[in-house]
Amino acid sequence: MSKIRILIAKPGLDGHDRGAKVVARSLRDAGFEVIYTGLRQTPEAIVATAIQEDVDAIGLSILSGAHGTVFPRVVELLKEKDAKDIVVFGGGVIPEDDIPALYESGVARIFTPGTPTDDVVRFINENIKPKDVA
Amino acid sequence: MDNFCEKIFAGDVRASARLMRLVDDRTAGYEEYMKPVWKRAGRAHIIGITGAPGSGKSTMTDQLITRFRSEGKTVGVVAIDPTSPFSGGAILGDRIRMAGHSTDEGVFIRSVGTRGHLGGLSVSTMDITAVMDAMGKDVIIIETVGVGQDEVEIAMVADTCIVVTVPGMGDDIQAIKAGIFEIADIFIVNKADRDGAERTAGDLEMMLEITPRRSGWKVPVLRTAASSGEGIDEVVSVINAHKAFCGGNIKSARLEDRLLHVAYGVVREKIVREVFSEEKLRSLLREGADPYSAVDRLWHGEARGVGAAE
Ligand SMILES: Nc1nc2c(ncn2[C@@H]2O[C@H](COP(=O)(O)OP(=O)(O)O)[C@@H](O)[C@H]2O)c(=O)[nH]1
Ligand SMILES: [Mg+2]
Repeated sequence: MSKIRILIAKPGLDGHDRGAKVVARSLRDAGFEVIYTGLRQTPEAIVATAIQEDVDAIGLSILSGAHGTVFPRVVELLKEKDAKDIVVFGGGVIPEDDIPALYESGVARIFTPGTPTDDVVRFINENIKPKDVA
Repeated sequence: MDNFCEKIFAGDVRASARLMRLVDDRTAGYEEYMKPVWKRAGRAHIIGITGAPGSGKSTMTDQLITRFRSEGKTVGVVAIDPTSPFSGGAILGDRIRMAGHSTDEGVFIRSVGTRGHLGGLSVSTMDITAVMDAMGKDVIIIETVGVGQDEVEIAMVADTCIVVTVPGMGDDIQAIKAGIFEIADIFIVNKADRDGAERTAGDLEMMLEITPRRSGWKVPVLRTAASSGEGIDEVVSVINAHKAFCGGNIKSARLEDRLLHVAYGVVREKIVREVFSEEKLRSLLREGADPYSAVDRLWHGEARGVGAAE
């Protein structure tokens, strides 16, 4: 029985991960397997983890203003590792004006603060299928 | 298929991670990949670590990874956390404590939910372990929450079984008595930086005196503080001593147990899926059959298509 697996990571140096934990919990309650890696992950660590865990998607929570570098770097590393089938989405404090550039770089969806977690669940259900071929 | 397995044997992370996925999902056809994988398995040293939630298993695993890496060994980790019985989802968070190893190519960590497999959790866990073994990992650590039959089974088929306790957990020791006591090769009282470690260790030693041994190995009780690394060197040297002790007869006996265990799990899966599916059983029960007759009727071919012509 296949199950969607999602990595929730919190890159950057700011110190709390309440938002990421709330999302992790609602994804669990929606029936997904959530791999949670905690604070201060580098893009390299996030991508290595995503590949070992064979996740379908990576959700990044960024509060520190580092979104402009972190998101494109994660997408680029996935490409390098031949893993661009892994969907990247994210949320946190991200100005509207910066979002188009992030989509341009290959990020699938950005959720701005205040988005109901149901929307995240719907996004996943509509856009992601668990991998089932060698 | 050969190509896919060759990648795994060469240690390819993507291919190996994908096979673990197919195995855990029981995706149709995964068995064909597992045949050559199991043929390759049997070289790694498999360590089971079990104990109550919060006792420090992941922190301990993190420390062990560091030591084994400095001995030049490659390491695989299977970290098991419970699946929510309500949603079927899970938060798998053991990696938080092992974050320092995520970019080390000599370390492969896989998080697994308990899910609710027909053949039992221990079977899919053993399959995943076999994939790591076939990748060429020297040491594989299985971290599992120490409650329930599945966990006992996983620990039982490891080469070295470690049980982690913490000071002052009287109830914990009660729980241990219910099965895992007999199968531990090493006991650890972690959080020995806290009060009561000596007493807990003393209690354990006393109970070990009256526990029948599985082999000639004398089960030691070690004290550690995994969060500061205290006592970990000794854990590693005892693991290595146990490995040397197991070499040859015990190791091959445990491998055989492991293979048998997986075989029986696969039997359960196959029989339930192909003969006694929930759907078929429910439909007979709904017609008013008692459980015994329902099983008899399926066993003798009814609803397997035989006699459907009547
Ligand atoms: N005081 C103390 N805390 C520890 C020790 N080892 C682990 N911990 C803490 O205990 C908590 C649970 O540890 P974890 O490794 O996640 O436990 P697990 O659930 O058994 O995997 C964490 O907050 C650790 O930092 C120790 O030796 N002493
Ligand atoms: Mg743990």
